[in-house]
Amino acid sequence: QDVLEKEKTIPPERAEEAKLKAKYPSLGQKPGGSDFLRKRLQKGQKYFDSGDYNMAKAKVKNKQLPSAGPDKNLVTGDHIPTPQDLPQRKSSLVTSKLAG
Amino acid sequence: FLGAGGGNDIQWCFSQVKGAVDDDVAEADIISTVEFNHSGELLATGDKGGRVVIFQQEQENKTQSHSRGEYNVYSTFQSHEPEFDYLKSLEIEEKINKIRWLPQKNAAQFLLSTNDKTIKLWKISERDKRPEGYNLKEEDGRYRDPTTVTTLRVPVFRPMDLMVEASPRRIFANAHTYHINSISINSDYETYLSADDLRINLWHLEITDRSFNIVDIKPANMEELTEVITAAEFHPNSCSTFVYSSSKGTIRLCDMRAAALCDRHSKLFEEPEDPSNRSFFSEIISSISDVKFSHSGRYMMTRDYLSVKIWDLNMENRPVETYQVHEYLRSKLCSLYENDCIFDKFECCWNGLDRQVEFSVIVMTGSYNNFFRMFDRNSKRDVTLEASRENNKPRTVLKPRKVCASGKRKKDEISVDSLDFNKKILHTAWHPKENIIAVATTNNLYIFQDKMN
Repeated sequence: QDVLEKEKTIPPERAEEAKLKAKYPSLGQKPGGSDFLRKRLQKGQKYFDSGDYNMAKAKVKNKQLPSAGPDKNLVTGDHIPTPQDLPQRKSSLVTSKLAG
Repeated sequence: FLGAGGGNDIQWCFSQVKGAVDDDVAEADIISTVEFNHSGELLATGDKGGRVVIFQQEQENKTQSHSRGEYNVYSTFQSHEPEFDYLKSLEIEEKINKIRWLPQKNAAQFLLSTNDKTIKLWKISERDKRPEGYNLKEEDGRYRDPTTVTTLRVPVFRPMDLMVEASPRRIFANAHTYHINSISINSDYETYLSADDLRINLWHLEITDRSFNIVDIKPANMEELTEVITAAEFHPNSCSTFVYSSSKGTIRLCDMRAAALCDRHSKLFEEPEDPSNRSFFSEIISSISDVKFSHSGRYMMTRDYLSVKIWDLNMENRPVETYQVHEYLRSKLCSLYENDCIFDKFECCWNGLDRQVEFSVIVMTGSYNNFFRMFDRNSKRDVTLEASRENNKPRTVLKPRKVCASGKRKKDEISVDSLDFNKKILHTAWHPKENIIAVATTNNLYIFQDKMN
């Protein structure tokens, strides 16, 4: 009952903000700021360094090469890129289903 | 509601739906842009797979006077392909961000299509006759034995089945470091602009190896980046005027006659914010996802996450009208941020008839759950309709929908928590002359018409 009363006086946007901050306490103070925008500008960026790759290959000659982690956008240095990580040339493109 | 009564209200009916029925949507089939040409005879769609499909309205059938012509496939082609920029380690999507038609000058049709990096001018032409009766060749192309050629035969053109060919006439590449979000053809029909997150370039349609930078908002130090360009458009009548919108909810109007680099705006349109209402989400939901001039050029419309605003070009300090698209989402912003829906870019459009009849002005935009909204500027009434295969009986009027924001849900209402946020209508288009609209769901294209009397 008390919680309902409290929510009535707080604008919905602020209540939502409180919810978000409760879930992610480390969320930055400037949401629309640099970090967020720069991530937007970096869309499509992939990382592959042939030097890294060959050095890693030499180091782990006898072991299995670690494959890409779930996030393929990891900066090199933290994980070793493999040819499997690279974007594959897509197979023959088919006609749109809208034209079907 | 609009459509709930008689008089001038439009009653929308299902006309056609294009695309696959199955729920399992391939990414390539996601529709990314929809655009009528200047006459409304052609309707183009672009998708995530880089393909363009053009539909043509069939000529009016005298026996079927109660409905306007249907749209059938006219041409389809692969506009853009996926690329990888090895120098920058950048994957370039083939998704078509925008299509813009040129006005028709001759028998062929021309359109501009763009992905994140490259703009292409496509020529779509018809071929309905071919030369037959060559002197030295058989009909199948084999050369005749010259010793058997005793008389001269001149080929003549004979009719053939209509063939529609699309060919790329110009490729405008390598001018954008960031991702292109808009293209807009100037009223001079010779130049056009392309806008990415930080820069706007001016092109001549005939020249591909040169482009003029007219806006550059990239800061010297990228740490100081506070806003990006989200959309841009040329004024419909004034060939030196254009606007661009930002992620901070501002619109800048620029005049190319003032300076070569239009970094200083002529006008800045911004609605003052109530500081007591500011939250973490304020800036994100104020980001403008689309800007469109009215046909007269006197007004412009912007779309931000929750609303549509109409601005009078003579008044910079606030919009003249604000329409709430789905205000009930304000109390769901936390989860909409978590599932990224808060970053969805909805477009908006004006009705076509306002070019002729200023007192009938309606604007349209999409929402979730395959709902789309229309706002009548004069009557101030609004309606919510749904694009769904369940409503697909031709000439049956679409039933208005209602979302129940809170409290007891009435029969036929849908509660906010039941909305499907994966069913987004981001792209809609209105025929330039008639009350025919094209509404794109994720992978289907719906065409609705008004119920003719």
